Amino acid sequence: MKVEGRIIGISGPTVSVDCEGLRLYDRVVVGRDRLCGEVVRIERQKAIVQVYENTLGLAVGEPVEGLGLPLTVKLGPGLLGNLFDGLQRPLEALRAASGPFIRSGYDPFPLDCDRPWQFEPLKGVGDTVASGEPLGAVAEGPFRHLLFAPASGKIASLNAGEFTLRQPLGHLEDGTVLRGWQEWPARKPRPYVRKRAPEQPLVTGQRCLDFLFPLVRGGTAIFPGGFGTGKTVLEQSLAKYADVDVVIYVGCGERGNEMAELLDEIVSLKDPWTDGPLMERTLIVANTSNMPVAAREASLYTAVTVAEYYRDMGLHVLLLADSVSRWAEALREISSSLEEMPGEEGYPTYLNSRLAGFFERAGLVETASGDLGSLSMVLAVSPPGGDFTEPVTQACLRAAGAFYMLDTALAHSRHFPAVHWGQSYSLYASELMAHFAETVSSRWPELVSRCRDLLLREQGVREVAEIVGLEGLQDADRLLIRVAERIRRDFLCQNAYTSEAFSTPEQTLNRISAIVDAYERASQRLEDDGLLDEALAELDRE
Amino acid sequence: MRLCEHRYQSIGAIRSPLLIVERVIESRIGETVSILGPQGEKLEGEVLRIDGQTVLLQVFGETRGLDIRYSTVIFSDAVKKAPVSMACLGRVFNGSFQPVDGRRMFVPEKWLPISGYPINPVARARPEEFIETGYSAIDGLNTLVRGQKLPVFSCAGLPAREIAAGILRQARLSGGGDFVVVFAALGLTHREYSLYMEVLQAMRGGFVAFVNLADEPVVERLLAPRLALTLAEFLAFEKAMDVLVLVTDMVNYCDALREISTSREELPGRRGYPGYLYSDLASLYERAGRLKGVPGSVTMLPVATMPEDDITHPIPDLTGYITEGQVVLSRDLHQRGIFPPIDVLPSLSRLMQRGIGEGRTRSDHRALANALYRHYARGRELRQLEAIVGREGMGSADINILSFAEAFERRFIHQGEERRTIAQTLDVGFALLKEFALEGG
Ligand SMILES: Nc1ncnc2c1ncn2[C@@H]1O[C@H](COP(=O)(O)OP(=O)(O)O)[C@@H](O)[C@H]1O
Ligand SMILES: [Mg+2]
Repeated sequence: MKVEGRIIGISGPTVSVDCEGLRLYDRVVVGRDRLCGEVVRIERQKAIVQVYENTLGLAVGEPVEGLGLPLTVKLGPGLLGNLFDGLQRPLEALRAASGPFIRSGYDPFPLDCDRPWQFEPLKGVGDTVASGEPLGAVAEGPFRHLLFAPASGKIASLNAGEFTLRQPLGHLEDGTVLRGWQEWPARKPRPYVRKRAPEQPLVTGQRCLDFLFPLVRGGTAIFPGGFGTGKTVLEQSLAKYADVDVVIYVGCGERGNEMAELLDEIVSLKDPWTDGPLMERTLIVANTSNMPVAAREASLYTAVTVAEYYRDMGLHVLLLADSVSRWAEALREISSSLEEMPGEEGYPTYLNSRLAGFFERAGLVETASGDLGSLSMVLAVSPPGGDFTEPVTQACLRAAGAFYMLDTALAHSRHFPAVHWGQSYSLYASELMAHFAETVSSRWPELVSRCRDLLLREQGVREVAEIVGLEGLQDADRLLIRVAERIRRDFLCQNAYTSEAFSTPEQTLNRISAIVDAYERASQRLEDDGLLDEALAELDRE
Repeated sequence: MRLCEHRYQSIGAIRSPLLIVERVIESRIGETVSILGPQGEKLEGEVLRIDGQTVLLQVFGETRGLDIRYSTVIFSDAVKKAPVSMACLGRVFNGSFQPVDGRRMFVPEKWLPISGYPINPVARARPEEFIETGYSAIDGLNTLVRGQKLPVFSCAGLPAREIAAGILRQARLSGGGDFVVVFAALGLTHREYSLYMEVLQAMRGGFVAFVNLADEPVVERLLAPRLALTLAEFLAFEKAMDVLVLVTDMVNYCDALREISTSREELPGRRGYPGYLYSDLASLYERAGRLKGVPGSVTMLPVATMPEDDITHPIPDLTGYITEGQVVLSRDLHQRGIFPPIDVLPSLSRLMQRGIGEGRTRSDHRALANALYRHYARGRELRQLEAIVGREGMGSADINILSFAEAFERRFIHQGEERRTIAQTLDVGFALLKEFALEGG
């Protein structure tokens, strides 16, 4: 039900209104420019609305209108391949409407309503459907995009063939109109039949991750790192090379140029797994650091809702966000303009529960149509001053299944990806080992432990070298240092700007086995004739 | 639009630089107000917060002499705008856009809101055209490109000013062509400012300066960079110019922000800076860039002196999180007489990859940069080891790398007053690799 009122106060992104009959989290249109907002608090005489657009110039006394609906995401075919802001406004349409700069008050519809789709029904007239069950499908790029029933009931009519999103597909006996698109409240997780324990690997194409800290489809990972440690490059590499069906990338409070860069590359590159255009599997949500803060907070929810929607079609979806710290900061800014009691470092006390709730939306699920779909999350974290003890990193650590620690010292010596092999971990590693042993090579587990062992032993030897000098080391230890150096330089390092940016598990295995095998030969040589130079030469021989 | 001017004499409280006005009808957030003091002095201010009919104002300029009884506040019904025009070129203004060069105010071509509008990410063109600064440490290893924002992180007492001035004097666009410099001097001493002005006066492409010196109103320190950027956007995107915005010192800006935030009784964040420091800085830095289908560009060069030489201090930290890299100066190099004392290891240009190579600089640039980085990083690591075990404990290959690192600092990074072309920079690099017989050369 719509309600009307006026603005009675303004403080930064929050506006108080005298509108009666508003409900918490109702969507509100604010002011003459019709800015978008959401009710975040209700008091006896007034409601507080968080406004998602720049409030500059807004006046007390301007009208407000409560729409009686929460903030929703519009879901339907044609989302992939597009860029949206945190409120799901299509950025290309915004550009067409308001030029190169974003102005307030434009609200283009996120879906293309004129594009024709071929609808292939899975149900017929007289069938009963349950809410969330597929009615039929259209082809969206390479995907079979399922259209779901908005409510349960008996189908009274259902068209087949060409239609646009403007036209109804049919209706249920109770009069419910069946459309090609639906709305879903962004903050409400989409339902599924049941969760399953994830078991399939999510191959990233990054040697260091796939080999030492593998990820699982339906799992979650975070990588915290100071500025310049390679978070964005890593996120973007995953967007390009990860072995999933759909990638949802959220630029959350980060740089505008990085979005332009990602877009540029995605448009020109191919999916290394299917050879199809990358753009067909990608959706970008961009709420850059200079865009309104409240919309930054919403952007993560918009993105995860779209991700769940594709998961519900039985697809494997990867949500990448750069970075959750900016999301948490947005939460903090909003909380402080509401004058809430601050918790640690000024973050609201509900930071942990909100983050935990967000992580919970990941997983491998059984969908209403009986398929398995997964939603995986890999999230960048930007700890202030590179200090991992801060609240956001700590809250994420509690929830995530894999932790890739990006190290500033490695980044400064241009060791990229700067994943610290000693501090990082993946809780999925042992389960996935068998999988890689089966699908790639039976040597996989043995090589992983060899590689870890060499890196670990090198650490010890280096500590000794700091006392006695490199020259003072035993020959075997000097050989060890050399092989560890090779592992770091030729295996763990992976330049994102060259053809080696993507590595299949087979290539990964070949590379590490070549190094480990050469080390075996070199050690043997050293043992046999005791000549270090010969052994070192053996190590470098391919 | 309001039909008549809104004037109020109902000031409830004055808490410099804040003012509370009561019984105000229909004010706007961000609205510009004029304040007439009892002696007829005129000040400007802005609406910060509105609660019913009570309005909180921030006053720009000197609030001394204001009183509750006789002062009047006039509401303008509009947000803060800057007058812009080509006639700004060659002029010097203060932090409220009044000329301070003894000449008359120009006739504005138009008025633009000083907070600007965010650039739509899909409208951005990727910055990729090489800018030759003449410094090897930048051109060779941390390449600057047109439309980039690249700060200089300095320490107290290091020659950040000489480097910034050197870049102004020497910077050339790859296709030829000169920059227009828009300069925002924030909280500088008069001496520092005069040194910069000498350089600016000699710029071929012209300049505009916004000056808020150390003894001028703190609130205007928050305005000056916004005026500078509003004008820069106008010159770049409406007049097709390549604009280089130099802002110094960002620490003074952030301290002003902290001071104002405290007086507004906002919740302090790390080191007392407000929690929104990141978003506030982003609202400045993100205004740099290029637009698709539009010829001009805004390139930004902020200077920040790291308090206590600490790169994890919130100001350099948040800056580094927003800008496209950083040029970090080192006290150690400076003490060893190296100019510019740029430590290339923590320095970074995130946009370098697209700006170098065939057709931009030279096809062998990337390989050289990677090799120099690798060997120098190794040399620095060995230097630490050498400090513990001495040279005797090291093999000949390691000693060679140590000598290379030393020579790299003395001959590649150090260049004194000399300006190097990119070809000269690359040649010096290759010569070093060859001399020490290191791979990559
Ligand atoms: N895998 C990589 N290969 C080569 N260079 C890299 C790689 N990862 C990071 N870099 C370098 O590090 C810089 C900073 O990376 P970025 O991802 O932007 O850092 P962050 O997002 O953590 O601040 C990049 O501009 C690039 O020069
Ligand atoms: Mg980043």
